[in-house]
Amino acid sequence: MTETAPRAIAIGGSAGSIEALNHLLPALHPGLAASVIVALHLPREQPSLLQSIFAPRCALAVFEAQDKEPLRAGAIYFAPPDYHLLVDAGPVLALSIDPPVHFSRPAIDVLFESAADAYGAQLTAVLLSGANSDGARGLLAVQRAGGTTIVQAPASAYATAMPQAALALLAPDHVLEPQAMAPVLNQLHSRRSL
Amino acid sequence: MPHTRRTFEIEQQLLVEAIYRRYHYDFRGYAQASLRRRLQTALARFNCETLSQLQHLVLHDAAVFPALLQYLTVQVSDMFRDPEYFLALREKVVPILRTYPSLKIWIAGCSGGEEVWSMAILLREEGLLERSLIYATDINASALQKAEAGVYDIERVPGFTDNYTRAGGAGSLSEHYSAAYGRVVFDKSLRRHVVFSDHSLATDSVFAEMQLISCRNVLIYFERPLQDRAVGLFQESLCRRGFLGLGSKESLRFSAHAAQFDEFLPGERIYQKKAQA
Repeated sequence: MTETAPRAIAIGGSAGSIEALNHLLPALHPGLAASVIVALHLPREQPSLLQSIFAPRCALAVFEAQDKEPLRAGAIYFAPPDYHLLVDAGPVLALSIDPPVHFSRPAIDVLFESAADAYGAQLTAVLLSGANSDGARGLLAVQRAGGTTIVQAPASAYATAMPQAALALLAPDHVLEPQAMAPVLNQLHSRRSL
Repeated sequence: MPHTRRTFEIEQQLLVEAIYRRYHYDFRGYAQASLRRRLQTALARFNCETLSQLQHLVLHDAAVFPALLQYLTVQVSDMFRDPEYFLALREKVVPILRTYPSLKIWIAGCSGGEEVWSMAILLREEGLLERSLIYATDINASALQKAEAGVYDIERVPGFTDNYTRAGGAGSLSEHYSAAYGRVVFDKSLRRHVVFSDHSLATDSVFAEMQLISCRNVLIYFERPLQDRAVGLFQESLCRRGFLGLGSKESLRFSAHAAQFDEFLPGERIYQKKAQA
C-alpha cells in the first residue's frame, strides 16, 4: 500500500461561529480521513468549554490541543485560550504565546498559515462568522499552497466582517451556509478520496 | 507554491546555522513553525525579500544580529500570568519551601521579568524572600536588562493587579512598586534577592542546586530533543523533592525525563523531582 499524505481541515471563527460549528462538527463522518483543527477567538481568562460542548455531540474524538501532540485523522483539536495554535512538521500541534495577531490569541491567520506550510494541497480551510479580519490572509496562504478554501456565506453569518474580509482578498473554492459545509468536507476527505 | 515553501525551509536552516556559527546562539532545536513566523515578520523589518538576504546582513553587519534577536526571542508575559499557578505555589508549595533554611529559585527564560517580580513579591508576602535567591536567566541580553530594570508601562498595571488578586495576593500590589511618569518600577528591596544572568538552555549547563524551577511557556518553542535537554538540566539542578513548574499547556508527558518526576499538582503543571531520581 502506498503511503497516504496526511490531510487536515483547519477551521477559524469568531463572534457567531459556535453556532456555525454546531451545524458543522456533529455532521462530520466518523471515518473522516483528516484531522480537524479549530481556532476560535475566546475570552483569555477562562478555561475553554469547547471540548465539553462538542465532545458529546460529535462522532469524532474531541480534544483541546496539546503542544507536540501528533495529529490523528478523525479527531478534532481546539486551540486553548490565550495560545496560538500552529501545525509543525510531523505533523504535530504546536503552541506559542507570541503576541496576539488581530488582537487575538489564538489567531486564525497563525493557524491557517502554518497549516498551509505543513499540509499544502492536502489542507481544507474554513473561515466562519466573525467581526474582524483575522483569517483572510491565512486563507490566501492556503489557496496559494494549493489547498481548498471555504468561506461562510455572509448572509448566514452572525458577524459578516470576517467572511467579507476574506471575500475581498480572494475567490474561495466554496461560499457556503454552515449546514452545507459538512457534506462538502465529508466528500473531500472521505477515505475513498485517498 | 510548494517550491517557495521548500526554499524558505532551506534558507531558514542555513540562517539558523549561520547564527550559531557566527554568534553561538543556538536556534537549531527550536520549533520550526513559530520560528518561521517570526522570521517572516523580521524580513519586512530588515527590508529583505528572502532569508538569504537577511543571512547576508546577519553575517556581515554586526549591528543586525542584536536587532534580529529581538524577533527571535521576545515573548510577551504578564505579572502573575495564570494566577492559579501562583495560587497553587502559595498554598501548596510554599509550606514545603518553608522547611528549607535557604532557598534557590530559578526562573528559566525570564524574558521581560514579569514572572521574576511576581515570584519575588509572593516570597516576600510569605516571609521567605529574606532567605531566598532568585536566579533569572535568559539568552536575550536586552530582555535581561529590561527585566532587571523592573520598569513597566502603567497601562499594564490594572491587568497585573487583577492577576495578583486572583493569585491570592495578600495585600495590595501597589505596596511593591512606585509610579512615576506613566510607568511603575518595582522595589529595589525585591531586587536585592535576584541575580540576572545570561544562560542558554540549548548550550549551557547547570550552575546551582535549586529548590524550585519555574520555566513557563519556554519549552513550547523547542523541538523534542531540545525540550529533553532543558528538562534534563532542570532534573540535574533540582534538589531531592525539588519542584518544577511549567506553563499551563505544557507537560512532561512526552519527556525523556518524565519518569524522574512525580505529578505534584497535575492541573497546575507543578512537578516534584522523585527522591531517588
